[in-house]
Amino acid sequence: MKQLIAILVDGSVYASWLFIISAGLTLIYGVMRILNMSHGSFYALGAYSGAAMVGWYFSTGSVPWFSFVALIGAALVAGITVGLLVERGLLRFMYGRDEVVMILVTYAVLLIMEDAIKLIWGVEPYFAYQPYTMLGRTKFAGLSFANYDFMLIGVSILIGLALWYGLNRTRNGKLLRVVIHDREIAGALGINVSRIFTITFLIGAGIGALAGALTAPGLSVVPGMGIEVIVLAFAVVVIGGLGSISGALVGALIVGMARATAVHLYPEVELFVIYAVMGLVLAFRPQGLFAVANARKI
Amino acid sequence: MKHSLLTAATVACAMTTGGLSLSAHAADDYKLGLVTFLSGAASGPFGIPAKNAADLVIEAINDGTLPAPIQGKGIDGRQITPVYVDEAGGATKQTSEFRNLVERDGVDAVVGYISSGDCLAIPAVAEELKKLTVLFDCGTPRVFEEADYKYVFRTHSTASMDNIAAAHYVNDNVPELESVAGINQNYSWGHDSWRDFTETLKVLRDGDIEITTEQFPKLFAGQYGAEISALQVNSADVIHTSFWGGDTDAFVLQAAARGLLADNQVIFTAGETALNSLGEHLPDGAIIGARGPFGPFAPDSELNTWFQTEFTERFGTPPTFPAYHMAHALIGLKLAQDKAGVGASTEEVITAFEGLEFEGPGGKVEMSRGKGHQAATEMVYGRLERVDGEITFTDIVRYPADCVNPPEGTETVEWIQAGMPGAECN
Repeated sequence: MKQLIAILVDGSVYASWLFIISAGLTLIYGVMRILNMSHGSFYALGAYSGAAMVGWYFSTGSVPWFSFVALIGAALVAGITVGLLVERGLLRFMYGRDEVVMILVTYAVLLIMEDAIKLIWGVEPYFAYQPYTMLGRTKFAGLSFANYDFMLIGVSILIGLALWYGLNRTRNGKLLRVVIHDREIAGALGINVSRIFTITFLIGAGIGALAGALTAPGLSVVPGMGIEVIVLAFAVVVIGGLGSISGALVGALIVGMARATAVHLYPEVELFVIYAVMGLVLAFRPQGLFAVANARKI
Repeated sequence: MKHSLLTAATVACAMTTGGLSLSAHAADDYKLGLVTFLSGAASGPFGIPAKNAADLVIEAINDGTLPAPIQGKGIDGRQITPVYVDEAGGATKQTSEFRNLVERDGVDAVVGYISSGDCLAIPAVAEELKKLTVLFDCGTPRVFEEADYKYVFRTHSTASMDNIAAAHYVNDNVPELESVAGINQNYSWGHDSWRDFTETLKVLRDGDIEITTEQFPKLFAGQYGAEISALQVNSADVIHTSFWGGDTDAFVLQAAARGLLADNQVIFTAGETALNSLGEHLPDGAIIGARGPFGPFAPDSELNTWFQTEFTERFGTPPTFPAYHMAHALIGLKLAQDKAGVGASTEEVITAFEGLEFEGPGGKVEMSRGKGHQAATEMVYGRLERVDGEITFTDIVRYPADCVNPPEGTETVEWIQAGMPGAECN
């Protein structure tokens, strides 16, 4: 029983973390058909800017609880600002190119951003652990869990609900879905596709930076951290189906639960199990669980 | 004919001036290739402290200001000019970079390599190019256990020493020890560390030790929630971890927040690098290692006082074990060259280096393994204890080199499983 509780909680926490990382990635692909390799760099950017801001905030001796505002605010500002620069300054000139070209372009952005981050923050680790520890821990069933991790579950649910509401219950969301369905027809109907792309990229970059900021308090922020997560994020969105928000949610849950189960029962296959699940899903559903297979336009 | 003569004269002039230039250059400086992580996740905790140590020690060697017993300015009567190379990129890239250092930059020697993968790949190239190379930080015992090298040296002990000593320490210092659990990175470093630790414990306790769980998360995983739960569910008397760098930081933060470190006895074989940044999260009683007699475990000597003071003043943080490893490599190289004499050939320096014994800031280094090419040093563990808020250590135990390093000509695992014959622990 103790083990089962541990698996469920650990799986949920890990799935929440994965969902926050992959939601922005899958949103950008769904709307813009760009497999955004630089998503990992937005994650790192959010982590660095959030950690730096939290470090500065606590050095001022201000009220500890507002450090969450500093953490998230700094990441969102940095993510959206750099996202705007990348989208307006580079990506918009590439729209319509082959998806493979866009992968290479965003990979170049990733490399540039990784070096830019090193130029700004250096290679020394940054810490922002105060928000992680100040929430305390909860004990039950003989186990002890960090309350910060439960907060992550809450944040991921909020992000999921916000995306669902935004896409399904708002005018802009409906316009965006039209673009997802057929960008040429959307353009012909008078929808400003370029503007939709910009907004989508900013939301995706913002969520990526937010993911980094929320992760930062539990670890040391170091160079290369963005590259580490991008592989996991790809696994999640591929399982769920590229471009599907609900797919990312289910993919994150599958990966999270599979990994937690492996860690507790078969720790030797912990790494393998994530990619085994991905391979299994792709063997039966090459387009992923929730993506609809589309006929190619000629 | 006139044209040919002109060409020949031009070529001769070029060769002469080039040759003079090269000779003058060789007389001016000792070009030293320095390879360490300048980017990537290993740069912050390892690569940069090592580079800082290199800058500090090279400057002192050039100025002749290193404390006694090290004397004289420069190496081979020449000032050292470092040529830095980033170790990031993997073994294939590093072998190319090594060739560039030797063939393009014309370095006199190379000091480098933190990654065990790089340390396994480089020696073959060093032998091929006949270039004196000192491995400064990597831990794999395979380098000199699987092959003999003429041009390659390593001036610190292998990682086996860390874990053999760790097993001795918990066996002697944890009362009523019955079970252990492990969390180590899922690559050769983590697996070898855990194997050496548990195999040694089995020998020391005649097999009377229970392993409750073995966790091997991916290198740089960053998220250890499930592993921490598994360690709570499968409770053990001692938790062993050889995590390093950012992984240590993340594990300490997450485990401390969940009470794992307060409720369990944890031994961090390479935990010293986390002391400066996250010491406040480590509870009293945590067992800490520094991969040798380094940092808080370094001996009280003039050389160490100089190293700690200068390093801390210049870089704002005390030197950790990668910095000590770099200092030892540079001092070992200088002393070997000094012993061989000014103008000595590479072969003469190698002969002087083989079996060399010297004092570094981290104490005595004996090049007594691997046919005189592999160092053996003592290993130290201690328990963290706060005194007036300051981190200090208690229950410090020093294990002699011949207690925790396999004798010459033996492989680590075979030696441990044979009952560690010849180990001199008293």
